[in-house]
Amino acid sequence: MTEPVLATKGISKSFGALTASKDISIDLRPGEIHALIGPNGAGKSTLIKQIAGGLRPDTGRVLFRGEDVTGLAAYQRARRGLGRTFQISTLAMEDTVLQNAVLGALGAAGNPYRIVGRALAGGALRDRAEAALVRVGLAEKRMQRTSDLSHGQRRQLEVAVALTLSPKAFVMDEPMAGLGAAGSKALTGFLDGLRAEAPILLVEHDMDAVFALADRISVLVYGEVIATGTVDVIRKNPEVRRAYLGEEA
Amino acid sequence: MNREQMFNAAMIGALVIVPLWAHLVDEPFYITLATRAAILALAGVGLNIVLGMGGLISLGHAAFFGIGGYAMGILASHAQSYEPILMSPFLIEGTKFMPVIWLVAIVAAGLAALVIGALSLRTSGAYFIMITLAFGQMFFYFAISWPSYGGEDGLSIYVRNGFPGLNTLVPIQFYGLCLVILILALGFSAMLARSAFGLALNAARQSAERVETVGIQPFRLRLMAFVISGMITGLSGALFADLNRFVSPTMFSWQTSGEIMIFVILGGVARLFGPVVGAVLFILLEHVLGGLSEFWHVYLGLLLLIIVLFARGGIIGLIAGREAAHD
Ligand SMILES: Nc1ncnc2c1ncn2[C@@H]1O[C@H](COP(=O)(O)OP(=O)(O)OP(=O)(O)O)[C@@H](O)[C@H]1O
Ligand SMILES: [Mg+2]
Repeated sequence: MTEPVLATKGISKSFGALTASKDISIDLRPGEIHALIGPNGAGKSTLIKQIAGGLRPDTGRVLFRGEDVTGLAAYQRARRGLGRTFQISTLAMEDTVLQNAVLGALGAAGNPYRIVGRALAGGALRDRAEAALVRVGLAEKRMQRTSDLSHGQRRQLEVAVALTLSPKAFVMDEPMAGLGAAGSKALTGFLDGLRAEAPILLVEHDMDAVFALADRISVLVYGEVIATGTVDVIRKNPEVRRAYLGEEA
Repeated sequence: MNREQMFNAAMIGALVIVPLWAHLVDEPFYITLATRAAILALAGVGLNIVLGMGGLISLGHAAFFGIGGYAMGILASHAQSYEPILMSPFLIEGTKFMPVIWLVAIVAAGLAALVIGALSLRTSGAYFIMITLAFGQMFFYFAISWPSYGGEDGLSIYVRNGFPGLNTLVPIQFYGLCLVILILALGFSAMLARSAFGLALNAARQSAERVETVGIQPFRLRLMAFVISGMITGLSGALFADLNRFVSPTMFSWQTSGEIMIFVILGGVARLFGPVVGAVLFILLEHVLGGLSEFWHVYLGLLLLIIVLFARGGIIGLIAGREAAHD
Protein backbone atom coordinates (compact mmCIF):
# COMPACT_ATOMS: atom_id res chain seq x y z
CA MET A 1 0.00 0.00 0.00
CA THR A 2 1.23 3.48 -0.81
CA GLU A 3 2.03 5.85 2.04
CA PRO A 4 -0.86 8.18 2.86
CA VAL A 5 -0.24 11.86 2.10
CA LEU A 6 -2.20 12.96 5.11
CA ALA A 7 -3.23 11.07 8.23
CA THR A 8 -4.63 11.59 11.70
CA LYS A 9 -3.54 9.21 14.45
CA GLY A 10 -6.01 8.89 17.28
CA ILE A 11 -7.14 12.51 17.38
CA SER A 12 -9.44 13.54 20.23
CA LYS A 13 -10.88 16.94 21.04
CA SER A 14 -13.38 18.03 23.66
CA PHE A 15 -15.17 21.31 24.22
CA GLY A 16 -16.04 21.08 27.89
CA ALA A 17 -18.32 18.09 28.25
CA LEU A 18 -18.80 17.76 24.48
CA THR A 19 -16.51 15.32 22.71
CA ALA A 20 -16.21 16.72 19.20
CA SER A 21 -13.53 14.28 18.03
CA LYS A 22 -13.11 10.85 19.54
CA ASP A 23 -9.96 8.89 18.74
CA ILE A 24 -10.14 9.60 15.01
CA SER A 25 -7.67 7.91 12.69
CA ILE A 26 -8.27 8.53 9.02
CA ASP A 27 -5.93 8.92 6.09
CA LEU A 28 -5.76 10.33 2.59
CA ARG A 29 -3.91 8.37 -0.07
CA PRO A 30 -2.36 9.65 -3.30
CA GLY A 31 -4.86 10.16 -6.10
CA GLU A 32 -8.00 9.61 -4.05
CA ILE A 33 -11.00 11.55 -2.95
CA HIS A 34 -11.84 10.60 0.60
CA ALA A 35 -15.26 11.89 1.57
CA LEU A 36 -16.12 12.64 5.17
CA ILE A 37 -19.84 12.59 5.82
CA GLY A 38 -21.97 12.87 8.91
CA PRO A 39 -24.98 14.69 10.32
CA ASN A 40 -24.88 18.34 11.41
CA GLY A 41 -22.76 18.82 14.46
CA ALA A 42 -21.01 15.48 14.02
CA GLY A 43 -17.62 17.18 14.27
CA LYS A 44 -16.54 17.31 10.63
CA SER A 45 -15.43 20.94 10.63
CA THR A 46 -13.74 20.44 13.98
CA LEU A 47 -11.72 17.59 12.51
CA ILE A 48 -10.82 19.68 9.46
CA LYS A 49 -9.60 22.49 11.71
CA GLN A 50 -7.33 20.12 13.56
CA ILE A 51 -5.94 18.80 10.29
CA ALA A 52 -5.42 22.20 8.67
CA GLY A 53 -4.26 23.92 11.85
CA GLY A 54 -5.95 26.51 13.97
CA LEU A 55 -7.30 23.99 16.47
CA ARG A 56 -4.97 21.82 18.48
CA PRO A 57 -6.14 18.26 19.28
CA ASP A 58 -6.17 17.28 22.96
CA THR A 59 -4.44 14.02 22.07
CA GLY A 60 -3.28 12.36 18.88
CA ARG A 61 -1.18 13.48 15.96
CA VAL A 62 -1.55 14.83 12.45
CA LEU A 63 0.90 13.59 9.84
CA PHE A 64 1.39 15.34 6.53
CA ARG A 65 3.77 13.91 3.94
CA GLY A 66 5.53 11.89 6.61
CA GLU A 67 6.00 14.83 8.97
CA ASP A 68 4.31 15.31 12.33
CA VAL A 69 2.60 18.69 11.90
CA THR A 70 0.49 18.57 15.07
CA GLY A 71 2.40 21.43 16.66
CA LEU A 72 2.53 23.60 13.55
CA ALA A 73 0.39 26.66 12.91
CA ALA A 74 -2.03 26.75 9.99
CA TYR A 75 0.26 28.95 7.91
CA GLN A 76 3.13 26.50 8.36
CA ARG A 77 0.98 23.60 7.17
CA ALA A 78 -0.11 25.66 4.18
CA ARG A 79 3.55 26.33 3.37
CA ARG A 80 4.11 22.58 3.36
CA GLY A 81 1.46 22.15 0.71
CA LEU A 82 -1.88 21.77 2.43
CA GLY A 83 -4.62 23.54 0.48
CA ARG A 84 -7.87 24.32 2.23
CA THR A 85 -11.31 25.69 1.55
CA PHE A 86 -13.75 26.70 4.26
CA GLN A 87 -17.37 25.91 5.00
CA ILE A 88 -17.94 29.64 5.54
CA SER A 89 -16.07 31.86 3.10
CA THR A 90 -12.97 33.58 4.46
CA LEU A 91 -12.12 35.58 1.36
CA ALA A 92 -10.97 39.19 1.59
CA MET A 93 -14.32 40.66 0.62
CA GLU A 94 -13.18 44.24 -0.06
CA ASP A 95 -10.47 43.04 -2.40
CA THR A 96 -10.85 42.16 -6.04
CA VAL A 97 -11.02 38.59 -7.25
CA LEU A 98 -7.55 38.96 -8.69
CA GLN A 99 -6.15 40.32 -5.41
CA ASN A 100 -7.45 37.27 -3.57
CA ALA A 101 -5.83 34.99 -6.11
CA VAL A 102 -2.54 36.90 -6.06
CA LEU A 103 -2.51 36.61 -2.28
CA GLY A 104 -2.51 32.84 -2.70
CA ALA A 105 0.28 32.98 -5.25
CA LEU A 106 2.26 35.24 -2.95
CA GLY A 107 1.93 32.86 -0.04
CA ALA A 108 2.90 29.92 -2.20
CA ALA A 109 5.73 31.25 -4.29
CA GLY A 110 6.40 34.89 -3.47
CA ASN A 111 7.51 37.08 -0.64
CA PRO A 112 4.42 38.46 1.08
CA TYR A 113 6.56 40.68 3.29
CA ARG A 114 8.07 42.61 0.38
CA ILE A 115 7.38 46.33 0.61
CA VAL A 116 8.73 47.45 -2.77
CA GLY A 117 7.31 46.66 -6.16
CA ARG A 118 3.68 46.17 -7.04
CA ALA A 119 1.86 43.08 -5.88
CA LEU A 120 -0.23 43.01 -9.00
CA ALA A 121 2.56 43.71 -11.46
CA GLY A 122 2.76 41.21 -14.31
CA GLY A 123 5.08 38.28 -13.77
CA ALA A 124 5.17 34.73 -12.53
CA LEU A 125 2.94 35.38 -9.50
CA ARG A 126 0.27 37.16 -11.46
CA ASP A 127 0.36 34.44 -14.12
CA ARG A 128 -0.09 31.84 -11.44
CA ALA A 129 -3.04 33.70 -9.99
CA GLU A 130 -4.67 34.27 -13.38
CA ALA A 131 -4.16 30.64 -14.37
CA ALA A 132 -6.03 29.50 -11.26
CA LEU A 133 -8.89 31.91 -12.05
CA VAL A 134 -9.08 30.60 -15.60
CA ARG A 135 -9.31 27.04 -14.30
CA VAL A 136 -12.35 27.73 -12.13
CA GLY A 137 -13.93 29.96 -14.76
CA LEU A 138 -13.54 33.29 -12.97
CA ALA A 139 -11.10 34.97 -15.35
CA GLU A 140 -13.75 37.39 -16.60
CA LYS A 141 -14.51 38.52 -13.07
CA ARG A 142 -10.94 39.24 -12.03
CA MET A 143 -11.44 42.98 -11.55
CA GLN A 144 -14.66 42.62 -9.58
CA ARG A 145 -14.84 43.21 -5.90
CA THR A 146 -15.21 39.87 -4.13
CA SER A 147 -18.21 41.13 -2.17
CA ASP A 148 -19.99 41.66 -5.50
CA LEU A 149 -19.63 37.99 -6.49
CA SER A 150 -22.51 35.56 -6.18
CA HIS A 151 -22.33 32.89 -3.52
CA GLY A 152 -21.37 30.28 -6.08
CA GLN A 153 -18.63 32.46 -7.53
CA ARG A 154 -17.16 32.97 -4.08
CA ARG A 155 -17.00 29.20 -3.65
CA GLN A 156 -15.20 28.99 -6.99
CA LEU A 157 -12.78 31.68 -5.87
CA GLU A 158 -11.99 29.78 -2.66
CA VAL A 159 -11.06 26.80 -4.79
CA ALA A 160 -9.01 29.00 -7.12
CA VAL A 161 -7.02 30.45 -4.24
CA ALA A 162 -6.32 26.94 -2.98
CA LEU A 163 -5.16 26.04 -6.50
CA THR A 164 -2.61 28.86 -6.56
CA LEU A 165 -0.78 27.00 -3.79
CA SER A 166 -0.30 23.92 -6.01
CA PRO A 167 -1.06 21.87 -2.90
CA LYS A 168 0.07 18.34 -2.22
CA ALA A 169 -3.32 17.66 -0.63
CA PHE A 170 -6.65 19.45 -0.46
CA VAL A 171 -8.94 19.68 2.53
CA MET A 172 -12.35 21.02 1.55
CA ASP A 173 -15.17 21.72 3.96
CA GLU A 174 -18.51 21.59 2.13
CA PRO A 175 -17.44 23.25 -1.13
CA MET A 176 -20.85 22.54 -2.72
CA ALA A 177 -22.90 24.17 0.05
CA GLY A 178 -25.41 26.55 -1.47
CA LEU A 179 -24.28 25.99 -5.05
CA GLY A 180 -27.50 24.69 -6.55
CA ALA A 181 -27.81 21.73 -8.87
CA ALA A 182 -25.91 23.12 -11.85
CA GLY A 183 -23.14 24.55 -9.70
CA SER A 184 -22.70 21.32 -7.78
CA LYS A 185 -22.51 19.36 -10.98
CA ALA A 186 -19.86 21.65 -12.45
CA LEU A 187 -17.76 21.56 -9.27
CA THR A 188 -18.16 17.78 -9.09
CA GLY A 189 -16.69 17.49 -12.56
CA PHE A 190 -13.87 19.82 -11.61
CA LEU A 191 -12.94 17.96 -8.41
CA ASP A 192 -13.07 14.70 -10.30
CA GLY A 193 -10.20 15.91 -12.47
CA LEU A 194 -8.39 17.56 -9.59
CA ARG A 195 -7.68 14.33 -7.69
CA ALA A 196 -5.00 13.45 -10.22
CA GLU A 197 -3.06 16.53 -9.06
CA ALA A 198 -3.53 16.07 -5.35
CA PRO A 199 -5.81 13.91 -3.20
CA ILE A 200 -8.83 15.55 -1.61
CA LEU A 201 -10.32 15.12 1.84
CA LEU A 202 -13.86 16.22 1.13
CA VAL A 203 -16.48 17.09 3.71
CA GLU A 204 -19.78 17.16 1.89
CA HIS A 205 -23.51 16.95 2.55
CA ASP A 206 -24.43 16.62 -1.13
CA MET A 207 -24.72 12.85 -1.37
CA ASP A 208 -24.95 12.81 -5.17
CA ALA A 209 -21.58 14.48 -5.29
CA VAL A 210 -20.16 12.19 -2.63
CA PHE A 211 -21.32 9.01 -4.32
CA ALA A 212 -20.10 10.27 -7.69
CA LEU A 213 -16.66 11.33 -6.48
CA ALA A 214 -15.52 9.39 -3.46
CA ASP A 215 -13.01 6.58 -3.67
CA ARG A 216 -13.61 6.03 0.03
CA ILE A 217 -16.08 7.41 2.52
CA SER A 218 -15.74 7.85 6.26
CA VAL A 219 -18.83 8.35 8.35
CA LEU A 220 -18.58 10.56 11.39
CA VAL A 221 -21.28 10.46 14.04
CA TYR A 222 -21.02 12.19 17.42
CA GLY A 223 -17.30 12.75 16.92
CA GLU A 224 -16.61 9.14 16.11
CA VAL A 225 -15.76 7.46 12.80
CA ILE A 226 -18.26 4.61 12.69
CA ALA A 227 -17.26 3.26 9.28
CA THR A 228 -14.74 3.75 6.48
CA GLY A 229 -14.92 2.07 3.09
CA THR A 230 -15.76 2.30 -0.58
CA VAL A 231 -19.05 3.76 -1.75
CA ASP A 232 -20.63 0.34 -2.05
CA VAL A 233 -19.50 -0.82 1.36
CA ILE A 234 -20.77 2.35 3.05
CA ARG A 235 -24.07 2.23 1.19
CA LYS A 236 -24.68 -1.27 2.44
CA ASN A 237 -23.44 -0.76 5.99
CA PRO A 238 -26.52 -1.16 8.22
CA GLU A 239 -25.05 0.91 11.04
CA VAL A 240 -24.50 3.80 8.63
CA ARG A 241 -27.99 3.49 7.22
CA ARG A 242 -29.41 3.62 10.68
CA ALA A 243 -27.23 6.35 12.12
CA TYR A 244 -26.85 8.60 9.16
CA LEU A 245 -28.89 7.82 6.11
CA GLY A 246 -31.89 7.82 8.40
CA GLU A 247 -33.34 4.45 7.51
CA GLU A 248 -34.99 1.96 9.79
CA ALA A 249 -32.91 -1.17 9.79
CA MET B 1 -7.25 60.73 -12.56
CA ASN B 2 -10.20 59.65 -10.47
CA ARG B 3 -11.96 61.92 -8.01
CA GLU B 4 -9.86 60.91 -5.06
CA GLN B 5 -6.62 61.55 -6.93
CA MET B 6 -7.86 64.95 -8.05
CA PHE B 7 -8.79 65.80 -4.50
CA ASN B 8 -5.38 64.66 -3.26
CA ALA B 9 -3.62 66.79 -5.84
CA ALA B 10 -5.73 69.80 -4.82
CA MET B 11 -4.79 69.14 -1.21
CA ILE B 12 -1.08 69.17 -2.03
CA GLY B 13 -1.64 72.33 -4.07
CA ALA B 14 -3.28 74.04 -1.10
CA LEU B 15 -0.46 72.93 1.20
CA VAL B 16 2.02 74.61 -1.15
CA ILE B 17 0.07 77.75 -2.04
CA VAL B 18 -1.51 78.83 1.24
CA PRO B 19 1.73 78.97 3.24
CA LEU B 20 3.50 80.65 0.33
CA TRP B 21 0.79 83.28 0.32
CA ALA B 22 1.15 83.67 4.07
CA HIS B 23 4.87 84.14 3.54
CA LEU B 24 4.34 86.80 0.89
CA VAL B 25 1.87 88.79 2.97
CA ASP B 26 4.10 88.25 6.02
CA GLU B 27 1.69 86.30 8.19
CA PRO B 28 4.07 83.76 9.77
CA PHE B 29 1.39 82.57 12.16
CA TYR B 30 -0.42 80.83 9.32
CA ILE B 31 2.80 79.18 8.24
CA THR B 32 3.19 77.84 11.75
CA LEU B 33 -0.36 76.50 11.64
CA ALA B 34 0.38 74.80 8.33
CA THR B 35 3.59 73.37 9.75
CA ARG B 36 1.67 71.91 12.68
CA ALA B 37 -0.82 70.41 10.27
CA ALA B 38 1.90 68.87 8.11
CA ILE B 39 3.67 67.37 11.11
CA LEU B 40 0.48 66.00 12.62
CA ALA B 41 -0.47 64.63 9.20
CA LEU B 42 2.85 62.79 9.19
CA ALA B 43 2.02 61.23 12.56
CA GLY B 44 -1.34 60.26 11.11
CA VAL B 45 0.28 58.71 8.02
CA GLY B 46 2.18 56.52 10.48
CA LEU B 47 -0.91 55.58 12.48
CA ASN B 48 -2.92 54.93 9.31
CA ILE B 49 -0.59 52.07 8.38
CA VAL B 50 -1.66 50.05 11.43
CA LEU B 51 -5.14 51.50 11.75
CA GLY B 52 -6.17 51.63 8.11
CA MET B 53 -4.25 48.83 6.45
CA GLY B 54 -3.87 46.62 9.51
CA GLY B 55 -7.18 47.33 11.24
CA LEU B 56 -5.32 47.58 14.53
CA ILE B 57 -6.66 50.15 16.96
CA SER B 58 -3.51 51.39 18.66
CA LEU B 59 -4.14 53.87 21.42
CA GLY B 60 -0.45 54.00 22.21
CA HIS B 61 1.01 55.88 19.29
CA ALA B 62 1.82 58.79 21.57
CA ALA B 63 4.68 56.57 22.76
CA PHE B 64 6.36 56.84 19.38
CA PHE B 65 5.46 60.50 18.96
CA GLY B 66 7.00 61.20 22.36
CA ILE B 67 10.07 59.09 21.74
CA GLY B 68 10.71 61.10 18.60
CA GLY B 69 10.21 64.29 20.57
CA TYR B 70 12.56 63.26 23.35
CA ALA B 71 15.15 62.00 20.86
CA MET B 72 15.24 65.55 19.57
CA GLY B 73 15.07 67.09 23.04
CA ILE B 74 17.83 64.99 24.53
CA LEU B 75 20.23 65.30 21.62
CA ALA B 76 19.69 69.03 21.22
CA SER B 77 19.81 69.83 24.94
CA HIS B 78 23.17 68.11 25.25
CA ALA B 79 24.42 69.97 22.22
CA GLN B 80 23.33 73.33 23.64
CA SER B 81 24.88 72.62 27.04
CA TYR B 82 28.03 71.06 25.53
CA GLU B 83 27.68 68.14 27.95
CA PRO B 84 28.19 64.76 26.33
CA ILE B 85 25.35 62.24 26.67
CA LEU B 86 27.84 59.51 27.48
CA MET B 87 31.55 59.66 28.37
CA SER B 88 32.46 56.02 28.70
CA PRO B 89 32.87 53.42 27.34
CA PHE B 90 32.75 55.75 24.36
CA LEU B 91 31.88 59.36 23.85
CA ILE B 92 28.39 60.24 22.63
CA GLU B 93 27.69 63.91 22.17
CA GLY B 94 24.50 65.76 21.49
CA THR B 95 23.73 67.19 18.11
CA LYS B 96 21.68 69.94 16.51
CA PHE B 97 21.91 68.35 13.09
CA MET B 98 18.40 67.38 11.97
CA PRO B 99 19.23 64.35 9.82
CA VAL B 100 21.01 62.67 12.74
CA ILE B 101 18.20 63.59 15.13
CA TRP B 102 15.64 62.14 12.73
CA LEU B 103 17.63 58.96 12.33
CA VAL B 104 17.85 58.52 16.11
CA ALA B 105 14.13 59.27 16.45
CA ILE B 106 13.22 56.74 13.76
CA VAL B 107 15.45 54.00 15.13
CA ALA B 108 14.40 54.53 18.76
CA ALA B 109 10.70 54.62 17.88
CA GLY B 110 11.12 51.57 15.66
CA LEU B 111 12.77 49.59 18.46
CA ALA B 112 10.07 50.60 20.91
CA ALA B 113 7.43 49.59 18.37
CA LEU B 114 9.13 46.24 17.91
CA VAL B 115 8.94 45.51 21.64
CA ILE B 116 5.45 46.96 22.18
CA GLY B 117 4.16 45.27 19.03
CA ALA B 118 5.68 41.90 19.86
CA LEU B 119 3.88 41.95 23.20
CA SER B 120 0.58 43.57 22.27
CA LEU B 121 -0.05 41.94 18.88
CA ARG B 122 -0.52 38.59 20.58
CA THR B 123 -3.82 39.98 21.76
CA SER B 124 -6.68 41.48 19.78
CA GLY B 125 -9.76 43.63 20.13
CA ALA B 126 -10.22 45.50 23.39
CA TYR B 127 -7.13 43.85 24.93
CA PHE B 128 -4.95 45.23 22.17
CA ILE B 129 -6.35 48.74 22.67
CA MET B 130 -5.76 48.50 26.42
CA ILE B 131 -2.22 47.15 26.16
CA THR B 132 -1.11 49.78 23.66
CA LEU B 133 -2.72 52.42 25.88
CA ALA B 134 -0.87 51.03 28.90
CA PHE B 135 2.48 51.18 27.11
CA GLY B 136 1.82 54.78 26.14
CA GLN B 137 1.02 55.66 29.76
CA MET B 138 4.18 53.88 30.90
CA PHE B 139 6.27 56.22 28.78
CA PHE B 140 4.23 59.19 29.99
CA TYR B 141 4.92 58.48 33.67
CA PHE B 142 8.52 57.63 32.95
CA ALA B 143 9.02 61.00 31.24
CA ILE B 144 7.35 62.82 34.15
CA SER B 145 9.64 61.20 36.67
CA TRP B 146 12.88 61.63 34.76
CA PRO B 147 14.39 64.79 36.26
CA SER B 148 17.51 64.92 34.10
CA TYR B 149 15.34 65.82 31.13
CA GLY B 150 12.97 68.25 32.72
CA GLY B 151 10.50 65.85 34.31
CA GLU B 152 7.03 67.32 34.31
CA ASP B 153 8.26 70.70 33.03
CA GLY B 154 9.76 69.34 29.86
CA LEU B 155 12.79 70.54 28.00
CA SER B 156 13.30 73.76 26.10
CA ILE B 157 15.60 74.07 23.12
CA TYR B 158 16.68 77.63 22.43
CA VAL B 159 17.50 77.49 18.77
CA ARG B 160 15.83 75.29 16.18
CA ASN B 161 18.02 72.47 14.92
CA GLY B 162 19.76 72.83 11.61
CA PHE B 163 19.49 71.37 8.19
CA PRO B 164 22.23 71.85 5.58
CA GLY B 165 21.48 74.62 3.13
CA LEU B 166 18.44 75.93 5.01
CA ASN B 167 17.78 78.51 7.65
CA THR B 168 15.28 76.52 9.68
CA LEU B 169 14.41 79.56 11.79
CA VAL B 170 12.67 81.05 8.77
CA PRO B 171 9.15 79.62 9.08
CA ILE B 172 8.59 78.99 5.40
CA GLN B 173 11.88 77.10 5.11
CA PHE B 174 11.13 74.82 8.04
CA TYR B 175 7.64 74.35 6.66
CA GLY B 176 9.05 73.36 3.27
CA LEU B 177 11.21 70.76 4.94
CA CYS B 178 8.24 69.29 6.82
CA LEU B 179 6.09 69.30 3.69
CA VAL B 180 8.74 67.45 1.69
CA ILE B 181 9.00 64.84 4.44
CA LEU B 182 5.22 64.49 4.51
CA ILE B 183 5.09 64.02 0.75
CA LEU B 184 7.87 61.42 0.91
CA ALA B 185 5.97 59.58 3.65
CA LEU B 186 2.80 59.68 1.56
CA GLY B 187 4.75 58.26 -1.39
CA PHE B 188 6.12 55.54 0.85
CA SER B 189 2.66 54.80 2.17
CA ALA B 190 1.27 54.57 -1.37
CA MET B 191 4.08 52.18 -2.25
CA LEU B 192 3.27 50.03 0.78
CA ALA B 193 -0.39 49.89 -0.15
CA ARG B 194 0.38 48.50 -3.59
CA SER B 195 3.13 46.14 -2.48
CA ALA B 196 2.87 42.46 -1.70
CA PHE B 197 3.10 43.38 1.97
CA GLY B 198 0.24 45.84 1.63
CA LEU B 199 -1.95 43.31 -0.14
CA ALA B 200 -1.28 40.72 2.56
CA LEU B 201 -1.74 43.16 5.45
CA ASN B 202 -5.02 44.38 4.00
CA ALA B 203 -6.19 40.81 3.60
CA ALA B 204 -5.15 39.97 7.17
CA ARG B 205 -7.34 42.81 8.41
CA GLN B 206 -10.32 41.37 6.56
CA SER B 207 -9.64 37.75 7.41
CA ALA B 208 -6.62 36.50 9.33
CA GLU B 209 -7.71 32.95 8.52
CA ARG B 210 -7.54 33.66 4.81
CA VAL B 211 -3.97 34.85 5.06
CA GLU B 212 -2.90 31.87 7.17
CA THR B 213 -4.54 29.49 4.73
CA VAL B 214 -2.18 30.62 1.99
CA GLY B 215 0.88 30.24 4.20
CA ILE B 216 1.35 33.78 5.48
CA GLN B 217 1.76 34.67 9.14
CA PRO B 218 -0.58 37.49 10.19
CA PHE B 219 1.48 38.25 13.29
CA ARG B 220 4.57 38.95 11.25
CA LEU B 221 2.67 41.23 8.86
CA ARG B 222 1.19 43.17 11.76
CA LEU B 223 4.47 43.48 13.60
CA MET B 224 6.15 44.85 10.48
CA ALA B 225 3.29 47.31 10.06
CA PHE B 226 3.54 48.33 13.68
CA VAL B 227 7.28 49.00 13.43
CA ILE B 228 7.02 50.96 10.18
CA SER B 229 4.13 52.92 11.64
CA GLY B 230 6.02 53.65 14.86
CA MET B 231 9.02 54.91 12.89
CA ILE B 232 6.97 57.40 10.89
CA THR B 233 5.14 58.65 13.97
CA GLY B 234 8.50 58.89 15.76
CA LEU B 235 9.87 61.09 12.99
CA SER B 236 6.85 63.36 13.24
CA GLY B 237 7.47 63.63 17.00
CA ALA B 238 10.99 64.91 16.37
CA LEU B 239 9.68 67.52 13.94
CA PHE B 240 6.88 68.53 16.29
CA ALA B 241 9.38 69.11 19.08
CA ASP B 242 11.54 71.10 16.71
CA LEU B 243 8.59 73.25 15.67
CA ASN B 244 7.81 74.12 19.29
CA ARG B 245 11.44 74.05 20.39
CA PHE B 246 10.04 72.27 23.38
CA VAL B 247 9.37 68.71 24.51
CA SER B 248 7.23 67.66 27.43
CA PRO B 249 5.56 64.51 28.74
CA THR B 250 2.31 65.73 27.14
CA MET B 251 3.62 64.31 23.89
CA PHE B 252 3.31 60.87 25.51
CA SER B 253 -0.18 61.39 26.90
CA TRP B 254 -3.13 59.28 25.85
CA GLN B 255 -4.85 62.45 24.68
CA THR B 256 -2.14 62.74 22.04
CA SER B 257 -2.80 59.16 20.89
CA GLY B 258 -6.50 59.91 20.86
CA GLU B 259 -6.13 63.12 18.87
CA ILE B 260 -4.06 61.44 16.18
CA MET B 261 -6.65 58.70 15.93
CA ILE B 262 -9.53 61.18 15.85
CA PHE B 263 -8.20 63.24 12.98
CA VAL B 264 -7.28 60.14 10.97
CA ILE B 265 -10.86 58.93 11.39
CA LEU B 266 -12.17 62.40 10.46
CA GLY B 267 -10.08 62.49 7.31
CA GLY B 268 -10.65 58.89 6.30
CA VAL B 269 -9.16 55.71 7.69
CA ALA B 270 -7.18 53.66 5.17
CA ARG B 271 -7.29 56.48 2.63
CA LEU B 272 -3.90 57.75 1.55
CA PHE B 273 -4.75 61.41 2.22
CA GLY B 274 -7.07 60.73 5.14
CA PRO B 275 -4.49 61.84 7.72
CA VAL B 276 -3.67 64.97 5.71
CA VAL B 277 -7.27 66.11 5.41
CA GLY B 278 -7.88 65.15 9.01
CA ALA B 279 -4.86 67.03 10.34
CA VAL B 280 -5.67 70.16 8.36
CA LEU B 281 -9.26 70.09 9.56
CA PHE B 282 -8.14 69.45 13.12
CA ILE B 283 -5.79 72.44 13.08
CA LEU B 284 -8.43 74.66 11.49
CA LEU B 285 -11.04 73.66 14.06
CA GLU B 286 -8.58 74.14 16.87
CA HIS B 287 -7.79 77.60 15.52
CA VAL B 288 -11.35 78.73 14.72
CA LEU B 289 -13.37 77.01 17.42
CA GLY B 290 -10.57 77.29 19.95
CA GLY B 291 -10.89 81.07 19.53
CA LEU B 292 -14.62 80.94 20.26
CA SER B 293 -14.68 78.58 23.17
CA GLU B 294 -12.20 76.78 25.30
CA PHE B 295 -14.47 73.76 25.13
CA TRP B 296 -13.94 73.37 21.40
CA HIS B 297 -13.27 69.67 21.88
CA VAL B 298 -17.01 69.23 22.39
CA TYR B 299 -17.60 70.37 18.81
CA LEU B 300 -14.78 68.17 17.63
CA GLY B 301 -16.45 65.25 19.38
CA LEU B 302 -19.77 66.04 17.72
CA LEU B 303 -18.15 66.19 14.32
CA LEU B 304 -16.39 62.91 14.98
CA LEU B 305 -19.68 61.31 15.97
CA ILE B 306 -21.34 62.51 12.77
CA ILE B 307 -18.48 61.22 10.64
CA VAL B 308 -18.36 57.85 12.35
CA LEU B 309 -22.11 57.41 12.11
CA PHE B 310 -22.76 58.74 8.63
CA ALA B 311 -19.52 58.74 6.67
CA ARG B 312 -17.41 55.70 7.27
CA GLY B 313 -14.83 56.81 4.73
CA GLY B 314 -14.35 60.12 6.57
CA ILE B 315 -14.17 63.43 4.71
CA ILE B 316 -12.38 61.77 1.79
CA GLY B 317 -15.12 59.18 1.60
CA LEU B 318 -17.72 61.96 1.44
CA ILE B 319 -15.90 63.78 -1.31
CA ALA B 320 -14.45 60.98 -3.39
CA GLY B 321 -16.81 58.10 -2.65
CA ARG B 322 -15.89 54.49 -2.08
CA GLU B 323 -12.28 53.64 -2.70
CA ALA B 324 -11.64 52.39 -6.21
CA ALA B 325 -10.48 48.80 -6.35
CA HIS B 326 -6.85 48.57 -7.38
CA ASP B 327 -6.06 47.45 -10.88
N1 LIG C 1 -14.98 26.28 19.51
C1 LIG C 1 -16.00 25.50 19.95
N2 LIG C 1 -16.38 25.55 21.25
C2 LIG C 1 -17.39 24.78 21.69
N3 LIG C 1 -18.06 23.91 20.95
C3 LIG C 1 -17.73 23.80 19.65
C4 LIG C 1 -16.68 24.60 19.08
N4 LIG C 1 -16.57 24.27 17.77
C5 LIG C 1 -17.49 23.34 17.53
N5 LIG C 1 -18.19 23.03 18.65
C6 LIG C 1 -19.23 22.03 18.75
O1 LIG C 1 -18.69 20.81 18.30
C7 LIG C 1 -19.67 20.06 17.58
C8 LIG C 1 -19.15 19.74 16.21
O2 LIG C 1 -19.15 20.91 15.44
P1 LIG C 1 -18.66 20.93 13.93
O3 LIG C 1 -18.75 22.32 13.44
O4 LIG C 1 -17.35 20.27 13.82
O5 LIG C 1 -19.78 20.03 13.22
P2 LIG C 1 -19.95 19.71 11.67
O6 LIG C 1 -19.95 18.25 11.55
O7 LIG C 1 -18.98 20.45 10.85
O8 LIG C 1 -21.42 20.25 11.42
P3 LIG C 1 -22.05 20.91 10.10
O9 LIG C 1 -22.46 19.80 9.21
O10 LIG C 1 -23.24 21.66 10.62
O11 LIG C 1 -21.05 21.79 9.49
C9 LIG C 1 -20.93 20.92 17.56
O12 LIG C 1 -21.77 20.45 18.59
C10 LIG C 1 -20.42 22.30 17.86
O13 LIG C 1 -21.42 23.04 18.52
MG1 LIG D 1 -19.08 21.88 9.45
